[in-house]
Amino acid sequence: MVPVVDTLRLTAEDALDLVERGEVSPAELHASYLEAIGERDGELHAYLRIVESAEGASIPIALKDVISTKGVETTAGSRILSGYVPVFDATVAARCKAAGLTLLGKTNTDEFAMGSSTENSAWGPSRNPWDPSLVPGGSGGGTAAAVSAGLAPWGLGSDTGGSIKQPSALCGNVGLRPTYGTVSRYGVVAFASSLDQVGPVAKTVRDVALLYSIIAGRDSNDSTTVELPEPVQLPDGERLDGLRIGVPKQIESLDAIEPGVRAAFERSLELARELGADVGECDLPTSYRYGMPCYYLVAPAEASSNLARYDGVRYGPRTEAASYDEMVERTRDEGFGAEPKRRIMLGTYALSAGYYDAFYGQAQKVRTLLIREHREALSRFDVIATPTSPTVAFPLGDKAADPLAMYACDLLTIPSCLAGLPGLSIPCGLSDDLPVGLQLLGPQFGENALFRAGHALEQAIGFDTVPMRWRAATESGAR
Amino acid sequence: MTWEPVIGLEIHVQLKTLTKMFCRCPVGFGAGENTQTCPVCLGFPGALPVMNRQAIEWTILLGLALNCEIAPVAMFSRKHYPYPDLPKGYQISQYDLPSCTNGNVVLPTADGDRVIGIVRAHLEEDAAKTVHVGGRTGRIGGAEYSLIDFNRGGTPLVEIVTEPHLHSADEAKRFLQLLRQTIVELGISDAEMEKGALRADANVSVRPAGSDELRTRTELKNMNSFNFIARGIEAEAERQIAVWESGEEVRQETYDFDAAHGGLTARRAKEEADDYRYFPEPDLVPVEPPAGLVERLRSELPELPAARIRRIEVALDLDRATVLVTGGLDRLWEDTVAAGAGAVAAANVIANSVVGAGVDVDAVAPAELARLVEARERIPRAAFDEAIAKVGDPRFTADLYLAQEAVSDTAELEPIVDAILAANPGQVEAYRGGKEGLLGFFVGQVMKETQGKANARVVSELVRSKLQT
Repeated sequence: MVPVVDTLRLTAEDALDLVERGEVSPAELHASYLEAIGERDGELHAYLRIVESAEGASIPIALKDVISTKGVETTAGSRILSGYVPVFDATVAARCKAAGLTLLGKTNTDEFAMGSSTENSAWGPSRNPWDPSLVPGGSGGGTAAAVSAGLAPWGLGSDTGGSIKQPSALCGNVGLRPTYGTVSRYGVVAFASSLDQVGPVAKTVRDVALLYSIIAGRDSNDSTTVELPEPVQLPDGERLDGLRIGVPKQIESLDAIEPGVRAAFERSLELARELGADVGECDLPTSYRYGMPCYYLVAPAEASSNLARYDGVRYGPRTEAASYDEMVERTRDEGFGAEPKRRIMLGTYALSAGYYDAFYGQAQKVRTLLIREHREALSRFDVIATPTSPTVAFPLGDKAADPLAMYACDLLTIPSCLAGLPGLSIPCGLSDDLPVGLQLLGPQFGENALFRAGHALEQAIGFDTVPMRWRAATESGAR
Repeated sequence: MTWEPVIGLEIHVQLKTLTKMFCRCPVGFGAGENTQTCPVCLGFPGALPVMNRQAIEWTILLGLALNCEIAPVAMFSRKHYPYPDLPKGYQISQYDLPSCTNGNVVLPTADGDRVIGIVRAHLEEDAAKTVHVGGRTGRIGGAEYSLIDFNRGGTPLVEIVTEPHLHSADEAKRFLQLLRQTIVELGISDAEMEKGALRADANVSVRPAGSDELRTRTELKNMNSFNFIARGIEAEAERQIAVWESGEEVRQETYDFDAAHGGLTARRAKEEADDYRYFPEPDLVPVEPPAGLVERLRSELPELPAARIRRIEVALDLDRATVLVTGGLDRLWEDTVAAGAGAVAAANVIANSVVGAGVDVDAVAPAELARLVEARERIPRAAFDEAIAKVGDPRFTADLYLAQEAVSDTAELEPIVDAILAANPGQVEAYRGGKEGLLGFFVGQVMKETQGKANARVVSELVRSKLQT
């Protein structure tokens, strides 16, 4: 069957337009994506599960496998949840459904969203559409790869320390980690509760803004959510006149940032100036010095607690044994992979009697400093700009044996996550023919400003989101 | 040497909110296993807690009744321990910032008011109910299989911790009875021990009387009635005194009270201390009572039992006043006295006859009861008993019973008394030898013989005078 539409270049807005004008039915659109998945996902492994039938009246969406979907297996990339079929929809899944979006499938993730490459998925890694020998980033590598390869017009990820922004950067997508508390976590398999946020991944800033407007807002099932102070505005301006952009002066001396990434970053700052923005220097000394250690105390501590429920008693696989204690021990030993085990140990230690003050307590104080430091910088600037990831996509296996090298992937995304602030990653160019991400950070509830800045820059940069190796095919193909 | 027990209590109270602490499942007793559950109280992945406003308000109300300071900002924490009754692997509980701290309860005693300090009252969620089948101990270790009923899991639970200010088993029991009545009157819990809605653990140590040292304490658990608590504490204090007097040291241990044997069993000592790895619950926001709430609740507080005991004992005595108040009988007593009954007579009739007949005290018409109390010696015993049994019926009137006269004619009663005395020579001899308590026995026999129609006071005077000669 010849697909009705070529999904590679299709944005969500375009897809919605096709459906609204009646040129394509939701079922035909769904089928086109299934076709694309059949064609390209064998290589990429973006999806863990596909939903064959289109039920919604609108366009399809891919959901990261940490998002509970009623009646559709949800494993969070972990063996310990294999066969677990939720009896309820996560609030974000329900809101997508209510908007008429159809679930295309559940996308791959590092186990419990712990990782930066999807290599920690119990079900095997995903691959980068730009070069399948490389990782797509993580933990939301599945959603990012799917959007980049035209296997979904858009998708939802979850971000704890960079799991939306970093894979978006590595796959050439736009990704938003929203302000903490604007999107419900109800039904999202928890990693670190005080950091987890669900957010959209798409090909354009406008698509991201549109999806954000569908999922955001107070949810009575999540006490940490609030109503948005202002409605989401779809950006359409092309200028940045008067926008104050702050670049942390610490970026200059971070050796971890690859020269090609730095060059693309600086070119986008140049473009911002040309569009009328004032680019200046801000100071985030604590963020880059203590952000990582702080994160690797807070996140594992909360993870050790959140993962305590997986005991084989109520759901998921159970390894039978002679006693209850042994059953739990063996179920968890066989169910969890190396990374969750590592973080459970780190977190358990950090929360132990006698160590709490030195570790978790101290990390919370650092977090307060980070919040203050960002607030100070954002009182003088409208947005803060940094590269999203210090590197472009790296080969599978490159960092798998070195946890610290893997953790360093999130060096630039972590501090604002700890501060609860929104961050948008947009593709800003290529380095070695691979996408580079530009990270724009704003104040609490500053999403609209990020969308405006991101959209104007996106127009000026003119990045082609279709991976190079497929461009010839799609240019000749009719839409 | 004289020893003095030092007792502190930890009391758990299930609140009777309509729904659970952190989800919308109904709270209730007796529904089919695991029918009152949802993703939240089963700990499903991604499920999140949302606080029950009513439970927070009731905790504050209880705190005010316990004279506590109410925290402007309270926090929930996660308390971790692995057990299948805890589906999340942690219990959500207030920890370092509880809603209520630093209060006290005034316990009226014969030696004046005793002020029992309240360290804290905090809100948490109850665990599920487990049943371990097979094995000898009823514990999970060694059981063939275990069953879990999550209906109870997530029920709002207030934990009240007292200072170690109680110094006898009886005092601990009186304190608990007073506390229970306070809770019942606030309308926040049924506080029924047999249903587990009120549970108390005791920390017990002993010290030489007059000293203020605190020696090693032991913890007594699973005592599910006021009498078991008193017996458990008494037994443990005696055990500790014997240990110290033999030159040994009391070890810190936990004991379970076994109602079947009426004794204490030590739990297996743990190799290491519990580490609950508390940290602030990130899924919830701090509890900040809105302006005016605490003052509104304070203004809604009724007159509390301790104050009422002190008020009504003036017309009675401490014991009668305590029994009436902790039995929830004092309102009826007051109304009955106001309707013309004598204070002590009304107290006795209510605490013994009315309660003994299983009458719903809230349904009793005080004016009718007052008439019965006043006529109790004049009318036949059987008529009185029958009237009391029906005093709670709708539209009850004493008229029918008051029309009956008891037999007070000594000429009619004398032969019956003589016959009873003749038939019980042993008891007669014992009475004359000083066992005057046997008077009741003789009166009872006469009442039986007359089918309750004799005037008890006349009979008792008749018996007494005959036995004196």
